[in-house]
Parts: sequence; C-alpha cells; structure tokens
Amino acid sequence: MRILAPLAPFAVGGAFIFALLWAILASAFTPGGMSMPEQTAVRMFHEEPKALSLASDGPFGKYDQQQLQRGFQVYKEVCSACHSLRLVSFADLEGIGYDKAQIKVIAKTWPVQQPTISPKGDAVVRPNIASDKFPSPFANEAAARAANNNALPPDFSLITKAREGGAPYVYSLVTGYRDVPTEQLKKFPDSTVPKNLYYNPYFTNLNIAMPPPLRLDGQVSYAPGNPPATKEQMAKDVAAFLTWTAEPKLEARHSAGLATMIFLLIFSVLCYLSYKSVWADKEH
Amino acid sequence: MASVPPEQSSETSPEGEGGVRRRDFIYVATLSFAGAGAVAVVLPLVNQMNPSADVLAQATTEVDVSSILPGQAIKSMWRKQPVFIRNLTPKEIADVKAVPITSLRDPQGLSARTTSGKENWMITMGVCTHLGCVPLGASSGEDKGPFGGYFCPCHGSAYDAAGRIRKGPAPKNLEVPKYAFTSDKIVVIG
Amino acid sequence: MSFPWAKHYEPKSDFTKWIDQRLPVPRLVYGAIGAGYPVPRNINYFWSFGFLAGVALMIQIISGIILAMHYRADGGIAFDSVEHIMRDVNGGWFLRYAHATGANFFFAIIYVHIFRGLYFGSYKAPREMIWLLGVLIFLLMMATAFMGYVLPWGQMSFWGAKVITGFFSAIPFVGEPIQHWLLGGFAPDNATLNRFFSLHYLLPFVILGVVILHVWALHIPGSSNPTGIEVKDEADTVPFHPYYTAKDGFSIAVFFTLFAFVLFYLPNALASPDNYIPANPMSTPAHIEPEWYFWPFYAILRAFTSDVMGVPAKLIGVLAMFGSIALLFFLPWIDKSPVHSGNYRPLFKKFFWALVLDVIILGWCGKSPPEQPYVVISQLAAIYYFAHFLIILPIVSMIERPLPLPNSITESVLAKYHGKPSSSDALQPQPAE
Repeated sequence: MRILAPLAPFAVGGAFIFALLWAILASAFTPGGMSMPEQTAVRMFHEEPKALSLASDGPFGKYDQQQLQRGFQVYKEVCSACHSLRLVSFADLEGIGYDKAQIKVIAKTWPVQQPTISPKGDAVVRPNIASDKFPSPFANEAAARAANNNALPPDFSLITKAREGGAPYVYSLVTGYRDVPTEQLKKFPDSTVPKNLYYNPYFTNLNIAMPPPLRLDGQVSYAPGNPPATKEQMAKDVAAFLTWTAEPKLEARHSAGLATMIFLLIFSVLCYLSYKSVWADKEH
Repeated sequence: MASVPPEQSSETSPEGEGGVRRRDFIYVATLSFAGAGAVAVVLPLVNQMNPSADVLAQATTEVDVSSILPGQAIKSMWRKQPVFIRNLTPKEIADVKAVPITSLRDPQGLSARTTSGKENWMITMGVCTHLGCVPLGASSGEDKGPFGGYFCPCHGSAYDAAGRIRKGPAPKNLEVPKYAFTSDKIVVIG
Repeated sequence: MSFPWAKHYEPKSDFTKWIDQRLPVPRLVYGAIGAGYPVPRNINYFWSFGFLAGVALMIQIISGIILAMHYRADGGIAFDSVEHIMRDVNGGWFLRYAHATGANFFFAIIYVHIFRGLYFGSYKAPREMIWLLGVLIFLLMMATAFMGYVLPWGQMSFWGAKVITGFFSAIPFVGEPIQHWLLGGFAPDNATLNRFFSLHYLLPFVILGVVILHVWALHIPGSSNPTGIEVKDEADTVPFHPYYTAKDGFSIAVFFTLFAFVLFYLPNALASPDNYIPANPMSTPAHIEPEWYFWPFYAILRAFTSDVMGVPAKLIGVLAMFGSIALLFFLPWIDKSPVHSGNYRPLFKKFFWALVLDVIILGWCGKSPPEQPYVVISQLAAIYYFAHFLIILPIVSMIERPLPLPNSITESVLAKYHGKPSSSDALQPQPAE
C-alpha cells in the first residue's frame, strides 16, 4: 500500500495522457477528423457591425438628450408596434429630458394600454400612468408569434447589451437590409432566402424574420431644430435611445468613476510615498 | 533603498527632525485619505437600503372622487396602505363641529383636518393609531362604531366621522396624509 | 510564532489591556499582522496577492450580502430583480458591477497567487498544509462562482447550469440520480435556483473559515521568500507592521485603482451578451462558454473526444477536468527537489514558463468553438499539462543542477547592493565612501 499510494497520481495522470493520445489518433484516422471546419455562407458573408460613434462613448461619454428623444420617437412610431420595453417605466423618461407633465401625457396617450382588473373582475385595459412600465404590444408570447410568422420580436430594454456588437450592431442591422449578393448565390446555390425571411448580412445567420423597419427617409417627422430624418439618422438615434434603455445609469457611473479614479490615483501616490518612507532605511 | 550618498547623510542627523515631520505628514495624509475613502464607500452601502426609485414613484396616488356621494366613503391605497376617503353630509359636519375640542384625547378641529373649501372631504389613513389594524366603517355595511365614524375591531378603538379618536386605546386621531385637490373630481394624495 | 526575536505584545492603553486580559484578541492581532510577526525582508510584490485575495473576498461578501437584500431567487423574477437592482435600487448598479468585477479580480488574483506558489516552491515542506488548504479554497471558489453566475438566470446562467450539472450524468449507474438530486428536477428550474442561492450565500463563509486556517497554517513557519531558503536570524526579517502594512497598503491602492477602472468604465467587458437575455429552456445559445477563469478547465473537459476501451469520452473528460485540479493536492510529494525557488532552478524555470504558456493556450481553446484546429491544440496542451506535473517535474527534480543558494536572506539582499554595509539604524552616520 505504501508503495502503491504515491504511484496513484502518476497512474491516473498517465491514463489521461493515454486517453488524449488515443483521441488524437482516433480523429487522425477518421476521415475529416482533423480538417478545419467547412466554409459556410454564414462564415463567408456575415459582416461585422459598421462603426458608430455616440455621445455616450468613451469614459467621459454623456447622453445627447435631444438624440435620445428622437430615438424614443422612432421607437414609438416604428418599433413599439412589435417590440416591448418592459423594464422601462414612463417615469424613467425623465432621464431623457422630459418633465413630469410631458411624461403624464406620453403615458396617457400611449397606444397600448395597461392591463388591469375592472371592479367587476374582468381583465380590461386602462390608460397608463407614469409609474407603469411600458406595456407589451402583445398579450403573451403565443400572440406575439402568431402575429409575426412564428417569430418572437425580442424585448428592447437590454437589446444593446444582449447582442454582440451593441449599439453599432443595432444600427448596422437596421440599415443593413439588401439583396443576396450574387457571389453568395454562386458559391452556395442553396443559400437563397427562405420564405418570410429577409436577407441581412449583419444578422447571425444572414436571414432575419423582421422586415426592414426603416423604409423611407422622413418615415418619422422630427421636430424643427433636429437633423433631417434620413434612414441613417433614424437608425443612429434609435440605437442611441436603446443604449440608454440598457444603461440609464451610464452618466452617473462615468461621473462617479472620474471622482473615484482621481481619488485613487492620489491615494496610490500617497500610499507609495508612505511605503517608501517606511522602508527608507531597510534594504530589501 | 540604496545606500545614502554622503551629501544627503546629514539628513538623518541634524535635519532628522524635519525628515521625521515630513514622514509623519505623509502617513497622516495617507490615513486621512483612506478614512475619507472609507466613508465615501460606506455611504452608498447604507443608502441602498433607502426606498428604491420604483417604490418612490408610487409615492403619489391620484383618486377620482366624483362618484362618492355625501354619506359615502371608499377605501383607496397609498404607499401600500389603506386610505379612507369620506364625503361628509352637512349633518355629520355639524355634529363634528359641535364636539368641544378640549374633550378630545387628541384635540383637533375639523378645519385642521380638511382643506378649506372642501371640509366635506375627510381623507385619512385607514390605519388604527393603536397597533395598526384597518378600522371598519369605510365600506358600506361596515360597523361605523358608536360615534358614526370608524370602529377598530382589534381592540375597540372608536373614531368619529372626522376620524378623531373618541373611545378605546388608540392614542391619536387617524393620520391625515398630505393631499391636494387638482380639480373638483381629482385628489392627489402624497 | 517560531521566531524567538518576535516582539511581545505590550498593551498600550488601559482599554486594550482590559480587553486583552479577558479576550486575547489584541495580542492575537499583534502577533499576526502587527509588530510582533516577523516576515522575511526580501519578499516581492507577488507576496501581496494573498492579502489582496482576502480583500477581494471581503468585497464579494459585503457586496453580496447587500445584493441579497434586493435579489429574488425565483425563475420568473430573478432576471428582473437584477435589473431592478441596476435601475431602481439606490446605487444598485454600483453594487452589481462591484460584485461581478470583484469575482473576476478574485480569480485573477488567485491565479497569480497560485503561480507564485508554483514558481517559488511555496508548497514544499514545511508549508504543505498551507498549500492543501489553498487548493481546497480554490475548489470552493469555483463552486461559489459557478452557482453565483446561475443566479441572474440569463441564457448563460441557465445553459451553464445545464452543462455543468450534466457532468454528473456521466458517472455510470448513479450519475443520473445524482444529477436529479442536485437539480431538484430534470433540468435547472426554480428548485435549482433557490438552492444555488442558499449555497452561494453559505460557501463564502466556508471559504472564510478555510482562509483563517490557511493563514494560521502560514503563521507557523512564517512566509517563504524569493530565495526559498528559510529565515535564519533577526536580520533576515522585518516586523509585519509597519513594513508590510505599508507595502500591502500600497498594493491595495493599486488594486482598487484597477478595480475601479474596470467597474466604472469596462463593467461588461468580460460579460457574455447572452446573459442579458432571460433564460429560455427551449433555445440554446450558439456558443455556450463559461467565464474566462473556467476556460482552461473547459478545454481539458472537451479535449477527450474518443471513447477509450469502453469508457465514454464524456466521463473521461469530467474525471480529467477534476483530476487537473486534484493533482495539485499531490504537488508537494511530486516535486521532490530540496531547492524551493525557481530563481535557483534554471531547468525547472523553463518548464514553469512552459506551463504558464500551456495554461494560456488551454484558456484560449476553452473559449473557442469545439472545432479544428482548437480540438487538436487543446488535446496537445492537455497532454502537456498532465505531463508537466506527472512526468516532467519528477524528472527535473532528479536531474537538474540548481544554482548555488545564498547563505542567508540578508546575504542575498546585500548582494544586490554589492556588499555595502547594512544601515538598519537610520540615525547612525554613514561611513565616508
């Protein structure tokens, strides 16, 4: 036993090494076991998001409230028909520059009303108030899918944090609809766009269930004093708005960060000087 | 630290005092910074227990009182607690005013408990000031107690139509929350 | 303490004297981190990482207890409760990002701490117990981190839980019953989430207990040092206070600076976007990947792609993954070289850096999709990993020629200054040069 016990780790480890060598040889002798993954249409033609610079970028970034309001308008007039915003309340819109009176009106006139129970006990709807969260355009997932060819439009509250590429991805996706490139059809004749889907190279598997949401310049009418509502501009504005819905505390975080970094840099210098002073007479 | 070059060696003897004072200053400065930092960090750790934004957003409630006829009352909710909104009849108002204020345990007149021009609207919390039960009397058919107001079944506190404690163990009148009429039909509580 | 020249505790005020007579905490603190604990004078910044690990643990415990005041562990509302913390709780975003960033820093610190131990032979006699307790702490940390990541109930939370609890089904006969027992069901659901919350709250305090044992075991022989030779006399050491309170104070300031930078400016840099999608048992994410600190182990797990003599590949993978950590327990008896420090073991040093590179490669493989060339690279890197500990280290300790060791710590320190006389008394005048 005394001789066997110290050998145990070597035996076990040796078994693992043997198993690994076996696995390498097994795939070497399997046809295609060692070959690189195949080229697919997705691998070749998927595109990384276009660059997008927003006022909130960078460590000193702040939201451009006017842009956020335009983005909210785009969300309201284009996206909210299908996409919920269930983690945001109407009252939160104070963060994009609306006051309590304006918010009350926005809530009250919001096209989708808030589900509630009537005094008789029926499921009814009532106008929204500021403390309500944005109600979903569909009663439940089944209703959402039924209205959208079995696709489920995702909630938008966190969309820029829930997708690789963030706000640039949202912007690229929304402006990225185009026809299938002929090069793709030549290399992959089977990669035509399936029914009820639309080609978009920015989407993970190239074909997205959402039809192009922004079709025309001026689809949303911006108030005077704003840049013209081109498709590009609307896409940027809604991407900015959705960055805010995902991170409403960004400005507080950046300003707390600045104060903290300044404090800590000074503190580190002081600690370093103390350390040097304590050790002044000791070689080490 | 490396060995001290000859020119600076005097720092340790005749100017030793100055060196020590400078050293102390660095330590005091460092520890003060550390202390200030510790306080600055503790503040958010304590503040997080304060009511969060969604709770504060429910801090005001709007109620439409147009359907409450004189002599009727409703129960509403504000800050997750019951609120009694009662429309006093002229007789109830007269009876309430006739009570000598000094005879009350918690002396308050009707004008101190209502807003001017709307003294028929008696808006109080529906929480007994004894130990917190919800008194009866706001909904129709409930026992209004011996003083025609509210009656708390837990320990027998009896309030009049103005929500003032008249009999029983409760020490104070029913609390009147901050409210304002934004129109004849709507009152904002909180 | 084993050092005869260690200063003894003298109460400085009547108050501390009163306490010390009734509960000897003041003298315990004095003898552990005060002026009464001698520490080698030559330890470098790599020796600060143990203290920093303790700081990281306290950050996690404090932020965690506060988060637990607002988090709700039920599949229907867990995700929303985390967003409630981020949006509505006062300073909630700061607490959540502190906890997430803290977990990442805790592992980064621990990996540096472990590799310091590997390089300088800190696991060798008489410090084996410290090492064993340390590996135990590491295992507890991994369990805690895994369960913590499940709590937000995002897509990665759910599918990570599914994969990891799936390991247990690899065990023959008893595997599936054990898996269902762990889950409280057939797939991660409310039963799983609730118990993970309870255990995630509990384990950090178990870690704290083992950390106390770990530090206690350390204080018997005292710290090792970069030369690997033991302390011989008073000149080799300095009292912990003020020398190492000052040095660790500086380390903590630098740590806080880096920590704050990540928290405030890059809080989601290491996060997976998929975890901002609520858990959906019907839809698997395209790439399931664990957090970065699990990547090397994930690579080892997936490297076993073939059944071997009837044993399923899945089972071998699971055993190898746990085996890769378990073999660390045996390290003091695998590496028999009497020379502690890699500074004096040139052959060992080369293989040490090969191990570091190997672990980085394994990590990169763990992150990558399970396709070629990553599969064969992870297989070769896993072979090296096991071979390093089980073949290379024993052979190296037998055949290497270590560099001559200094006679004492003091000698090695002064050698840096070309033998100039030591000036431990600052007020003595310097001899003329």
